[in-house]
Amino acid sequence: MSDRNILTEFTYERPTVERGYAGQTLYVDVSDRRVAARPVTAMMKEKFVGGRGFDLWLLWNGVRDTTRWNDPENEIVISTGPCGGTTQYPGSGKSIAVTISPLTGIPIDSNVGGHFGPYLKFAGWDAIEVQGKAEKDVIIYIDGQAGRVTIEEAPADAPTDTHLLGPWLMARYAQSEEDRELTSIVSAGTGAEHALMGCLNFSLYDRRRRALRYKQAGRGGIGTVLRDKKVKAIVVRSPGVSGDANHPADLGRLQATGAEMHREVRTFDDKQNRMRRRGTPYLVQIMDDYDLLPVHNFKFGSHPDTPKINGDVWEARMTQGLPDGCWYGCTVSCAHAVDGFELKTGPYKGEKVIVDGPEYETVAGVGSNCGIFDPDAILEINFYCDTYGIDTISFGTAMAFAMECYEAGILDKDKTGGIDLSFGSAAGALEVLHQMSRGEGFGLIFGLGIRRMQDYFIEHFGADPGFVRDIGMQAKGLEYSEYLTKESLAQQGGYGLTNKGPQHDEAWLIFMDMVNNELPTFEDKAEALHYFPMWRTWFGLCGFCKLPWNDVVDPKNKLTPEPQKIMHHVENYRQIFMGVTGLEITYDDMITMSERVYNFQRVFNIRLGHGLRADDAVPYRSVGPVTVEEYESRAARYDSQLREWLGLDPTTMTVEEKMAAHRKYRQERYEKLIDAVYKRRGWTENGVPTLEKLRALGMDLPEVVAVVEKHL
Amino acid sequence: MIRINNRDEIDWEEGLTVAALLERLRYSYPHIIVTIDGQVVHTEEYESRLIPDGSNVRLIHLIAGG
Repeated sequence: MSDRNILTEFTYERPTVERGYAGQTLYVDVSDRRVAARPVTAMMKEKFVGGRGFDLWLLWNGVRDTTRWNDPENEIVISTGPCGGTTQYPGSGKSIAVTISPLTGIPIDSNVGGHFGPYLKFAGWDAIEVQGKAEKDVIIYIDGQAGRVTIEEAPADAPTDTHLLGPWLMARYAQSEEDRELTSIVSAGTGAEHALMGCLNFSLYDRRRRALRYKQAGRGGIGTVLRDKKVKAIVVRSPGVSGDANHPADLGRLQATGAEMHREVRTFDDKQNRMRRRGTPYLVQIMDDYDLLPVHNFKFGSHPDTPKINGDVWEARMTQGLPDGCWYGCTVSCAHAVDGFELKTGPYKGEKVIVDGPEYETVAGVGSNCGIFDPDAILEINFYCDTYGIDTISFGTAMAFAMECYEAGILDKDKTGGIDLSFGSAAGALEVLHQMSRGEGFGLIFGLGIRRMQDYFIEHFGADPGFVRDIGMQAKGLEYSEYLTKESLAQQGGYGLTNKGPQHDEAWLIFMDMVNNELPTFEDKAEALHYFPMWRTWFGLCGFCKLPWNDVVDPKNKLTPEPQKIMHHVENYRQIFMGVTGLEITYDDMITMSERVYNFQRVFNIRLGHGLRADDAVPYRSVGPVTVEEYESRAARYDSQLREWLGLDPTTMTVEEKMAAHRKYRQERYEKLIDAVYKRRGWTENGVPTLEKLRALGMDLPEVVAVVEKHL
Repeated sequence: MIRINNRDEIDWEEGLTVAALLERLRYSYPHIIVTIDGQVVHTEEYESRLIPDGSNVRLIHLIAGG
């Protein structure tokens, strides 16, 4: 530790966490090396709760109307929430990271497991906001045991890629096994220095493997912002973890609620999704079976080779028998890993590494969507994305777009620098990834993300604007996550009518809509596009993971009036929140808590020059068939729809006429959906929250009203 | 003919069980609420429970994604 060059030191008296709150947030400006404590006010707790709410409020106050992602005043804010750090209930250690996104220009919120958020709180801080830009690489170290925060210059020989940086930091800051268990790191990687789709890695120390593991705050380029600020890592050392570290109002309530949920997990998981054995890749085969797995840039929903990458394959590859939770006490324990994987390419070729995951989104994104059905290739891309600090979802969806452009002749080897980007070319995808790390070649163009690639291909390669806009699966500048939406209007809205861009953690309604036919009217869809995004927002305010809500469920739920809401689990969450905070809340209160933050985020988007109806547009590939190949692959379905929906006789029409009829009908239907959803959410026809709505929510803060009034 | 989820109509056949219907539709998700004319069919009955011609069958998948 003798080579630590401490630029700033700030000491503090660590407060006791009471009822889930430390009562202060940590402000770090790496430009002028300033550290400060800021109070958590009663207003913040009432209106913003914690987690994503705190993040957005702190960011709002840190930036201007004109702030761009790479301006010094942009911030990265990380918070867990009052229930974060609970050990009695599964999935209660999540953090939410927020920044103005390089991809979208509006706030991105990305949820992540790992130990950082709870450790930060136990170290005395409900949130950390990092502002400014350092001149040289720095490390922010929060020592919750000593009550000290330091900004330190990172030595020139410090690695950047996460799988090397993590152990290097552990050797520097944690001398004992106990210290390693109490230390957590946020980092990115070399790819995040050259691409706008950089992710954050949040570490957890795996006691059984005696090694660091990582979970990713993947979406929206937060890792890019971290490296733009020249922050190498944020490290926290927690004073400890215990069952009552949040000093909950009613520990017995947490224990009783948790015990019942643990019983459900133990009893039913093996018969249902097998999360404890295979994690989220259980979905791969199911999505294929229902024609919903993205294949070849979302053209198709299934592929004969899917069994090569389905849940059975990953269950066999993942090390079994380890308690792979990303926070203590999580019996769902879906954070699996493949151990001893030998890399075959790139700078770490020949090394045997732990690959965290793969998650469903990664398998579908860099796998089926790119026509790659080789598990080893998926693991290799997964590992390098993580260590380079690249979001696997944006990488997969953007690569699928580039591959379709390659097959359509928009790209060729002259333009890619000799790289074959045909569908299925794992070698090509990996080479682009390595170029992103090195900051060279086609990797630099690719790293800009789909929206900027579209502009680049039009301007420099003469691409047909209509075609690349149709097939580029981005909205608001963010790449889609990995579900096919053509036959689910509700899910088209589930992606398009989001605050941050098309990420499924707001609403995932495909089965309710397309398969179950539970949302037959526009009003039904609008109600679902109100309730479920608000319900899911609540997880991110409090520090919860969504998975224990609905990925393992007691069959008795079948007999309830609204089985999709899984109300006995909603009741569990209500009990945990009340048990931690001592605040009694109703089910309606939970939705209102979310509505406050959700509407605030919408207004934040508007403040930054977005967030209106035009920004909720979606690419036609997400709505209907773009190409003749797509139409003909599902011709029976599409022809039948022409008869049923439009009263047309497809036998008298050309394929082009049939596609045009579909496009007109489907696009008009999406606009009607927008009307219905805006009405349900209390927004104007242009997507602006009304003053009446803001007043009803208690969110008519002067600065919020000032933004909205310009658009009413 | 039987009606699925108040929308799709498919051919009925003699001896059609719930399990056979799920297989025909490739409905592989393990957590589905099955009702025949409003009556819940429990999982252990899938292999034996016959679906009468003209039934209104609901197959409600309890899945809400990532």
